[in-house]
Amino acid sequence: MKIDLTVNGRAVAEEVEPRTLLVEFLREQLRLTGTHVGCDTSQCGACVVMIDGKSVKSCTMLAVMADGCDVTTIEGLASGAELHPMQQAFMDNHGLQCGFCTPGMVMSGLDIVNRHGNEPDDATVRRELSGNICRCTGYQNIVKAIRAGARAMGE
Amino acid sequence: MYEFSYHRPASVAEAAELIANAADGKLVAGGQTLLPTMKHRLASPSDVIDLGGIAELSGIVVNGNIVTIGAMTTHAEVAASSEVREAIPALAALADNIGDPAVRNRGTLGGSIANNDPAADYPAAVIALGGTVRTNRREIAGEDFFTGMFETALEEDEIIVAVDFPRPEAASYMKFENPASRYAIVGVFVARTAAKPRAAVTGATACAHRAFRIEESLQAGFGSSALDGFEAPVDKMNSDIHASAEYRAHLVKIMAQRAVAACA
Amino acid sequence: MQENGIGASVRRKEDQRFLLGKGRYTDDINVEGQTYACFVRSPHAHAEIEGIDASAATAAPGVVAVLTGDDLAADGIGPLICGVTVTSDDGQPHRAPAHPALAQGKVNYVGDHVAIVIAESLTQARDAAELVEVNYRPLPAVASTADAANDGQQQIHEEAPNNICFNWPFGDKAANDEAFAGAHKVSSIDLVNNRMVTNPMEPRAALGEYNSGTEEITLHLTTQNPHVHRLVLAAFNQLAPEHKLRVVGPDVGGGFGAKIFIYAEELVVGWACRKVNRPVKWTADRTEAFLSDAHGRDHVTRAEMALDENGKFLAMRVITTANLGAYLSTFATMVPSYLYAFLFAGQYTTPLIYSEVKAVFTNTSPVDASRGAGRPEATYLLERLVDVCAADMGLDPAEIRRRNFIPKDAFPYQTPVVQCYDSGDYEAALDQAMELADYAGFDARAEEARGRGKLRGIGFSSYVEACGIAPSAAVGQLGGGVGLWESAQVRFNPTGNVQVFTGTHSHGQGHETTFAQLVCDQLGVPFENIEVIHGDTAKTQFGMGTYGSRSLAVGGVAIAKACDKLIAKGKKIAAHAMEAAEGDIEFAGGNYTVAGTDKAMNIAEVAFNAYVPHSYPEGVEPGFDENAFFDPMNFSFPAGTHICEVEVDPATGEVEIVDYTAVDDFGKLVNPMIVEGQVHGGIVHGIGQALLEGCHYDKDGQLVTASYMDYAMPRADNAPEFKIDYAPTDPPHNPLGVKGCGEAGAIGAPPAIINAIANAIGAKHVEMPATPETVWRACQSAN
Repeated sequence: MKIDLTVNGRAVAEEVEPRTLLVEFLREQLRLTGTHVGCDTSQCGACVVMIDGKSVKSCTMLAVMADGCDVTTIEGLASGAELHPMQQAFMDNHGLQCGFCTPGMVMSGLDIVNRHGNEPDDATVRRELSGNICRCTGYQNIVKAIRAGARAMGE
Repeated sequence: MYEFSYHRPASVAEAAELIANAADGKLVAGGQTLLPTMKHRLASPSDVIDLGGIAELSGIVVNGNIVTIGAMTTHAEVAASSEVREAIPALAALADNIGDPAVRNRGTLGGSIANNDPAADYPAAVIALGGTVRTNRREIAGEDFFTGMFETALEEDEIIVAVDFPRPEAASYMKFENPASRYAIVGVFVARTAAKPRAAVTGATACAHRAFRIEESLQAGFGSSALDGFEAPVDKMNSDIHASAEYRAHLVKIMAQRAVAACA
Repeated sequence: MQENGIGASVRRKEDQRFLLGKGRYTDDINVEGQTYACFVRSPHAHAEIEGIDASAATAAPGVVAVLTGDDLAADGIGPLICGVTVTSDDGQPHRAPAHPALAQGKVNYVGDHVAIVIAESLTQARDAAELVEVNYRPLPAVASTADAANDGQQQIHEEAPNNICFNWPFGDKAANDEAFAGAHKVSSIDLVNNRMVTNPMEPRAALGEYNSGTEEITLHLTTQNPHVHRLVLAAFNQLAPEHKLRVVGPDVGGGFGAKIFIYAEELVVGWACRKVNRPVKWTADRTEAFLSDAHGRDHVTRAEMALDENGKFLAMRVITTANLGAYLSTFATMVPSYLYAFLFAGQYTTPLIYSEVKAVFTNTSPVDASRGAGRPEATYLLERLVDVCAADMGLDPAEIRRRNFIPKDAFPYQTPVVQCYDSGDYEAALDQAMELADYAGFDARAEEARGRGKLRGIGFSSYVEACGIAPSAAVGQLGGGVGLWESAQVRFNPTGNVQVFTGTHSHGQGHETTFAQLVCDQLGVPFENIEVIHGDTAKTQFGMGTYGSRSLAVGGVAIAKACDKLIAKGKKIAAHAMEAAEGDIEFAGGNYTVAGTDKAMNIAEVAFNAYVPHSYPEGVEPGFDENAFFDPMNFSFPAGTHICEVEVDPATGEVEIVDYTAVDDFGKLVNPMIVEGQVHGGIVHGIGQALLEGCHYDKDGQLVTASYMDYAMPRADNAPEFKIDYAPTDPPHNPLGVKGCGEAGAIGAPPAIINAIANAIGAKHVEMPATPETVWRACQSAN
């Protein structure tokens, strides 16, 4: 099937098999490998992308369902080498170690800002990260990073 | 995932026709359960009919004491809806604690109740609030809708359009989460209505069900102490690696008491 | 000190690429003409294979090849090996049944590898894998650790009667028994150390490429130790000669031990890419990871302590059954033996320790090292037992620890279990932790919690661990097949920037930053001019990789030694250039100076001179590039006290960790920000083991917890904000003064948490994972 969508601001028209997951389409067909797959049951959140401004697990959506949508992946946040404030906050607060869950964490961080504004408290951020698993950081610095990123986005 | 044909109808009528004509068709709403099932090759529909393009299935309308939520309304939309939060705050809170934020952005009311996972949250609300499931053919009382594990009163090619929820005087849902999946090990929804108390339990048994004995206990007085003598039947409870039947029965009581207390 | 040198919380060099989505993990790599692999795995825990019919699969669309154990055997590939020998009580080496990379007539666990299907696309490979018809004759399965060696149990391997891999007694049993006989009191505990699935977030993957022109195989792997992979695959698995095999560990998304081992899929992909003469890619999905990654822990233990009337420990006895799974993974035998029993002294002066470990085979996934490896199991039983001793003696848990601590002036301290601790001040860490945790205010907090219907408890864990592995001579004496030194090469380029090649591998630890800080500090080269290179056998010299918290304590020292060599060589070059005697040259802050003059020359200029040696000292080689190897003289012994405070809801058994304090001794910190991150992560790993994670096999050997739907990983709301501090001591054997920090949290946390729960509900013991139902039941019986 032919799908037309916008990915990171770029118009994309591609032929896909109906059974292609959005994450497979992004990684294999568009070679946007920043979005990762860490589980098969929609729990880990390594695959979170933004679709029309809302966080979605791209492993639990068919590519054909994204026809006509505006998709933003981790590759679409920075301007060149200049990091988005949320990305910068992850660096400044050591919110990542191996980096594998990081794209999903950053995307979920942005989703938290969209829904809770620029001053989410610790408990809110921890609760809102229930769909993102990290094995490295122990979460404390991810929470710190998202709160700092949220503040920076308000400035 | 196995191969299938994908369809994206623009109307309920078109969807009904597609599903009726498919060899082994599946309707997909948010896909948050169906797609993982298909990924694991545990389902192999010939046709997948995506309801995501049908505008008439989404939306929230309050009409007097009835809150009508379209089948394709996402959990996130219900959670964020000022109408729902005002009319039935317990329902908004329930929706706000299904899965995780990204799942709530795709998962829908209709998808949840049509799937009828024994540990899903929405069925408890539909039953306890005395909701009515409206399909493209008929209206089904909430408590008649859920017929067994992953089974509902829906006919093969019947499509849920919306659910009507009567506004209660007060309601609350208490969920004891599975630490892994975060589905309900036990969830109890209680509602205080002008007519009588209503309660439903999910997670504990094969299928969400109305909890008549909790309701009877509450008729004497809508307070958590009214449930002091209540015991859920252990022999009806699910038992798995996460919770034994005995523990589930205990949790039904505790969650019911806490839900009642939260209605105060 | 340089601005970005030792002690500075420098932002990490590796973060930019990860944050931009430009990390390059194995599955992110795509090569021209690549094919995709899907493994056919056993659905049975134990079965004979009566036949495999691959004809339908071979004929399916897009299929390139279907290969089985027969093909592998015909090519003489494998079997997989275990690299450490443990001598059993009959004087024989441990039983080592053959471990074929693709099954040869029999499967021994669910997920065991039967065939590989290679196709043009992943969906085609998966579609075809379902068409491989394997005729199994199921056999009864052995799934229980405790019962595996019982009489009448199904035999798994002919070579291992009663399913016993080894029986390993350690210590002076007679002296120990005597001390127990004369003791004032004997405290005891029976406990299980729950099996965990290590679960790095990046699933394992392999991409194999064969170049028929050079006859070289290149394997991109999710590995913590590319050279060890190459060595074993070449020397023991006959994949290719070492010089014709290149192993690359690109960006690796976490390891925690699970990516140390040489796995069947890696060998098979390497072999298959040559066989089909096409690149072959395989990536595990999460369920495959649950089934086929080596698991961790899984002990059943009885531990006893003999005490005198003052609560002094006189002797300890530990009897353990350790589950090794269906086959021996690469380092499986070492974990429940040397990495376990050598830690039984803990922080205490217990003079006599005797232990017996029975290691058993079961029809479950192989078990090997997982964050801490043996040391969490040792620490858990010891620190739980100490709390039982305190209760039995009517002593405060802090007080009984204090009475038995090895005093700070007793170092170096020879324990009765091989290890000789080099440094430590255990009481200082305890005092500091008690202060930070406000132990004095605990009773008031517990009282307040009672008013809210919550039971509040506090628990200690005073751990020591042995990491920074390891002195090669010690490894050899113990039956290990390798040396555990580490290597480094520090290369100045002619333009003055520096490339550091390390034999360690970074998969989250931040070596690219920490090692650059070391070099920046020592050579005075700006931090941004230093690049750390690792993980590719074609780029870096042989090295042993990263595990056992060894990278800085061993690999960092190798880098420092290479820097020393550069500095020394540079003195000769600088002396010549500045027309001074070599003895008058001093080096500091990146500059060579002539003592007593204002003559100076930057190390970058010296490097340039070395590459453009137009005027150059006689007898000195050109070039500015040195390598060094470091073999540690001893293990590294990080230690500390963790204090956990929990609140238990007695109505549901839910446990909330409300406060957590860690005071650790890691020696000198190079990058405190990174160290703190390691501590956080380790503690949450420990929280996972204590409260959430547990591998569950049913009686037929089916893994019930094979996805995140049933295996509970810790998430952000399972942890509180931690209070972290340090009580460092200086390890005399380590030239950098550093100790390992990567595993400490996972070692220290579980007993602190369980001790807190036991304290809260007044129970002697609660098994891990302390799920709500487990705790609720313990509350019921405690009342």
